[in-house]
Amino acid sequence: MKPLNFVFLLLLIGKVMSAQEIRITDFNGLKPLLDKRNDTTYVVNFWATWCSPCVKELPAFERVHAEYSNQAVSVKLVSLDFRKQLENRLIPFVKKHNLQPEVILLDDPDSNAWIDKVSPEWSGALPATLIYNRNFRAFYERGFTYEELAEIINLNMIKQ
Amino acid sequence: MKNFLLAFIFLTISGLQLSAQGVKVGDVAPEFKLKNVDGNFVSFSDFPDAKGFVVIFTCNHCPFSIAYEDRIIALDNKYKSKGYPVIAINPNDPAIVPADGFKEMKARADEKSFTFPYLFDEGQKIYPLYGATRTPHVFLISKKGKENIVAYIGAIDDNSQDEGAVKNAYLENAIKALLENKTPSPDFTKAIGCTIKTGTK
Repeated sequence: MKPLNFVFLLLLIGKVMSAQEIRITDFNGLKPLLDKRNDTTYVVNFWATWCSPCVKELPAFERVHAEYSNQAVSVKLVSLDFRKQLENRLIPFVKKHNLQPEVILLDDPDSNAWIDKVSPEWSGALPATLIYNRNFRAFYERGFTYEELAEIINLNMIKQ
Repeated sequence: MKNFLLAFIFLTISGLQLSAQGVKVGDVAPEFKLKNVDGNFVSFSDFPDAKGFVVIFTCNHCPFSIAYEDRIIALDNKYKSKGYPVIAINPNDPAIVPADGFKEMKARADEKSFTFPYLFDEGQKIYPLYGATRTPHVFLISKKGKENIVAYIGAIDDNSQDEGAVKNAYLENAIKALLENKTPSPDFTKAIGCTIKTGTK
């Protein structure tokens, strides 16, 4: 193998390995993530690739993931993309933007059955975000900047 | 007197907040007169023979709205003649979503041969009165005497992604209930949808 090809192959492997596997679940599978009772503060963002205000605020969630990486803060990106668009939209989007927080595809079309279980305050519009830990729980049907997220997290995270 | 004044101010403010949240089932449906894609203005009074209305806040760009277009046309075809015509209203600000501009609405209505009025909520004055938050967002209205009463709020059915897999056609069942002089059950559902795009928030 020519050295150049070898380097190219390594780069290709690196690229493939950095792209995360996307977990697909129905609401019952997602539910445990919405009610964990430990010291971690969970920032659960409901979004979709086709939702422009969601895509606009994604960098704020990525920054939270990066800046709080050594603290008890966990960012989860719950996608509501259509199941049939997993291969042609969601996976390419996650790869292109190299999203680091865990992406979960919530494939459960009967949303009336579970929206209230995320929060009775949620009308179903995207984007929406749940921020919680064992002492704090708040739901927001709105977009965020990094500073706004950081303020809520700093005020409520459980001090180690 | 000061306390009385404070109480009055408080009640006024909380009253305003309530109205900002929109209508509930049982409330009178807010009137509107909005421009249709054909250039004419449309309001409830243009349908003297209707028994009610299927008001749907929807738009061009939202994948959920697109997924429901054919189902909305089918509902209008089926229930207009029975007294429940569809009135679609685009609540989005085209300054935020150019695909939801009036010209684009016209093009989409032509392309899909919409059988119902597709109105533009110019200045975004009507959707807050209803409390619509997403597209599509349905308000089924029943005429009672001279009043238009909200009878059902929510989703079209329980599967936006696959019409063939629908188990509960909430809206159609609610229309059928009204046609039988019954109360829709459920009369309120939720669904994932696109947030209504506005520059003021």
